[in-house]
Amino acid sequence: MNGRIDSHPILAPARGGMVDFFWKGKKLRAREGEVISSALFAAGEKIFGSHKKDGSAMGIFCANGQCSQCLVVADGLPVKACVTAVRPDMHIMPCEGVPAAPSEEWARTNAGHEFQMVPVIRTQVAIIGGGPAGLKAASQLAGMGIRSVLIDDKPRLGGKLVLQTHTFFGSVEDCFAGTRGIDIAVKLENEVLSQPEITVMTSTQAVAVFSDRRIGVVKNGSYVLVEPDAILIASGAREKALSFKGCELPGVYGAGAFQTLVNRDLVRASSKVFIVGGGNVGLIAGYHAMQAGMHVVALIEALPKVSGYKVHKDKLVRLGAPVLLSHTILSANPDAAGTGVGSVTIAKVDASFKTVPGSERVVACDTVLVAAGLSPCDELYRQAEAFGIKVFRAGDAEEIAEASAAMFSGGIAAAKIANALGIKVEIPAVFQKKMNILKSRPGNISARPAGGCSGVEVYPVIHCFEEIPCNPCVTACNKGLIILRGSSGTLMDLPYFVPGDGKGTCSGCLRCSVFCPGLAISIVDKRKAPPGRAFVFIPFELVPDFSVGSHVPLLDAEGVFIEEGEVVDIVDRKWQDKTLMIKVLASANAADRAIGIKYQRDAEDIRVPVRPEAVPGDHGENIVCRCEKVTDREIRAMVREGFTDMNSLKAIRCMMGSCGGKTCTPLIKRIFAEEGVPSDKITDPVRRPLEAEVPLGVFANPRIEEEPDYEARV
Amino acid sequence: MKPAYDVLVIGAGSVGVPAAWALAARGLKVCVLDGAAGPGQGQNKAAIGGIRATHSDAAKIWLCQESLDIFRSWTEKSGDQIGWRQGGYCFPCFSEKTEEHFRKLLAIQKTFGLGIDWIDAAAIGELVPGINRRRLRGGTFSPGDGSASPMMSCTAFYRHARRMGAEFRFGERVTGFVRAPGRIVAVRTDRGVVAAGEIILANGAGARDLGAELGLDIPVFSDSHEGGITEPVQRLFEPMLVDIRAVPGSKNYYFYQNDEGQIIFCISPDPLVVGKDTRATSSFLPLVARRMCSLLPRLAGIRVRRTWRGLYPMTPDGSPVVSAVRDFSNLKIAVGMCGQGFMLGPGTGMLLSRWIAGGQTERDRTILEKLTLYGDFSKGVEELK
Repeated sequence: MNGRIDSHPILAPARGGMVDFFWKGKKLRAREGEVISSALFAAGEKIFGSHKKDGSAMGIFCANGQCSQCLVVADGLPVKACVTAVRPDMHIMPCEGVPAAPSEEWARTNAGHEFQMVPVIRTQVAIIGGGPAGLKAASQLAGMGIRSVLIDDKPRLGGKLVLQTHTFFGSVEDCFAGTRGIDIAVKLENEVLSQPEITVMTSTQAVAVFSDRRIGVVKNGSYVLVEPDAILIASGAREKALSFKGCELPGVYGAGAFQTLVNRDLVRASSKVFIVGGGNVGLIAGYHAMQAGMHVVALIEALPKVSGYKVHKDKLVRLGAPVLLSHTILSANPDAAGTGVGSVTIAKVDASFKTVPGSERVVACDTVLVAAGLSPCDELYRQAEAFGIKVFRAGDAEEIAEASAAMFSGGIAAAKIANALGIKVEIPAVFQKKMNILKSRPGNISARPAGGCSGVEVYPVIHCFEEIPCNPCVTACNKGLIILRGSSGTLMDLPYFVPGDGKGTCSGCLRCSVFCPGLAISIVDKRKAPPGRAFVFIPFELVPDFSVGSHVPLLDAEGVFIEEGEVVDIVDRKWQDKTLMIKVLASANAADRAIGIKYQRDAEDIRVPVRPEAVPGDHGENIVCRCEKVTDREIRAMVREGFTDMNSLKAIRCMMGSCGGKTCTPLIKRIFAEEGVPSDKITDPVRRPLEAEVPLGVFANPRIEEEPDYEARV
Repeated sequence: MKPAYDVLVIGAGSVGVPAAWALAARGLKVCVLDGAAGPGQGQNKAAIGGIRATHSDAAKIWLCQESLDIFRSWTEKSGDQIGWRQGGYCFPCFSEKTEEHFRKLLAIQKTFGLGIDWIDAAAIGELVPGINRRRLRGGTFSPGDGSASPMMSCTAFYRHARRMGAEFRFGERVTGFVRAPGRIVAVRTDRGVVAAGEIILANGAGARDLGAELGLDIPVFSDSHEGGITEPVQRLFEPMLVDIRAVPGSKNYYFYQNDEGQIIFCISPDPLVVGKDTRATSSFLPLVARRMCSLLPRLAGIRVRRTWRGLYPMTPDGSPVVSAVRDFSNLKIAVGMCGQGFMLGPGTGMLLSRWIAGGQTERDRTILEKLTLYGDFSKGVEELK
């Protein structure tokens, strides 16, 4: 089976050689450098083993090295499939329950006999995390002559920017707005790689901060201690989990995990995707799924409004993907084999998030994406802080926000670090101000009419109604015909097309439309159109399933069908950077309203009540701790018994598994709250090293042939 | 007026919790105070879980024999899982001098009826497949010893104590005492005053400070040890392995595979790190990994999951203080367990319950004589600590 994505509207097909590897003895092919999980997905293998407690199927969940659900046995040792690259001729087996201990034969060839002291790298600043915040901070520090070691666990710099095929919000001059995330990553990376003050350590995992101001890092199976004067934690965020029946089935992933599979590794993870959570992450994941040629069955959100940007939601609905508000997931239901997802059961919720009886319905899908928000990866920060080390944080590790804000927070952190190291620098007040604007939650939604413009023949129609920090359309218009207008006087104001005042008229250059990250601007052109009709240019970032001459269903900003229009041209010039402009002939009235072309045309509309199908019977319990399969019921029993110290829950193995409580801790806190224990009465679990499991032999540091010249050893 | 409680236990840890259970089981009204938010949150949860009776000192042997009986039969009697596993203890030996020493100790240990014997290198190789046999001469093996999860055990003792009517007051720190001539009337806490007939000081590493409140010189000084735990793997070996060789940087180290299949390990740094600092250091993992991987190379491929650092509340002679107090007739102290509170706890709790509720045995009295606060602490550290 070919599980690879061969055609994508934005991403070039993966290049590079292929290597052989073996899965359960069968020869398969992987891309060079590809992680095991993606190579297996590409071969259609999605079950990686079984759980030690109940033998249930295990597979991908976070795809980011955080959760340990994807354990496989590679060349005799258990490894996380999602962060371990395939080596040529690697023998990979499923991890069935508890893995076997390493064999004596393994030990003879791999354990080493002579051991040496661990090398220490001294530096001024250690930066953990090479995403937008860490990269920006490293560059700024280098600009002040401060040396840093930049540590990232992935082979490429850029953090989660490398997953983002869409163009970014914000302002063009400050944070590359209008540029795709994947391209911003390259710009930031190049800036860092050109600075001699920065030592870059990729594929390097920071596993602990110690009280002697050293950071333990593992690179290529070798252990090194980094000893900085100050630490910057810019390690981003991890996805929050949800607990519902069936949440542990392979096929229920984090939305970010899905983006990793699809956009980084170009692997066809699924065909029918169901998304839980209407924040930006969930909305964008839905859009990315459609770009990759998958069907978005629906996106649900428990609140009566999506919490992400409205333009992100609009992008989905005007391609025909349903967004259901005030809905919750009751269960993910197993497929016929019992090892994957076959459907979900959803229901409406009332204002107090209680399920509305009788509103349950079953929707078929093979993948459930959980987009329940993010929580900072701040364990190393807290550890270092408790040890009294000079430590700073930036980006999502400090506060969850957009990548644009993360870049500013990296810059601000750099200035703070410089001051802490005795180099006096001012932190420009404008930095803080800009960052705060970029961090802003979406503001008011205006009721202003989008379309129409009397007296001119060519004009943009701006379907942008919600205050968000964004202005590429203003920058894009060479004639200055688009301006922001509103009460805040900042990027948050809405854009308006203001012709006249001697500035000339719209030439129909399409730039505002192409550069709008929300794809929310159409261009209406009545020149040369038959009477009563108009041409409308609609921005489009998917592989078209139509061609010139096709009749396509036009949708308005809310996804409502207007009429069919005829495609008369597909404009794809180089400067458009893969954003197509679809020129459609429609009625003049429709042209003013149209901003979408329905893509999922033959989709079942799940807003229409479906045939009354039986809700699948009870299958198992709500799992809260995924590593050790501890249930909601078991935790609740201890809470009711009077335990208020989360550490006490370790007696039933909560937080004792591989992930160290990273996944379940927020869910357990929620159970305490539901049981009426106020948060100030709960004692937080104690966090301890390590951040990721590391073979004991790595710390022993067996002697190798060549070794780099290190400054000191301990 | 009769005080609200028959017995007040200060400290809900390895000793205090089983003591509360044993006392409540005898029908006494027991209250336990602890500044932490739950049971076992001091050094109990830092314990690695080894339980042996094969010491060289009679008092510890007897206390741990009773502890072992309790751990061994707990699940059968109560149904609670505590992770008990009778894997034995093995002290491998690598030099003639140590062998001589071990064999001498064996003779003493056997007089206590302890199941311990010398086994040869081949037998150790069978017990621990893959062990590095270079210079291995054999060693002692005591199959009756074992291990349990300190956290699960403490939680189980806590639940049974509560079921028997013991009251636990968490987040309540003892700050001082209300005294009358020759006795303690009540305990002052950060929330008020608690009166009791008998008071047991079982607060481990904090004993010296509270003792000072009463003008007592309790010789308990902490040093710290770091430990770690790996991911679980299928059964590789059963016994706790204790390698007592000293090398630059460390003295002995020991590890075993617990009931979950995880390897738990700990090392004694050399010189000892005195004090109550429990923050992780960068030196621990390389130090312990080099030694473990050279003794049992198969461990090199097992992934370390977590590390921590705990305190050994030490006494000058390496034996606990379980004692009456001359100046206060109703105060008993059970502290200074020297890193063995988990294995000594249930036995000590039983001894305390017989002492207070009646039924004290001749052996109990001998133990108390040996572990008295007023003994000679200069007689040197116990063998095989």
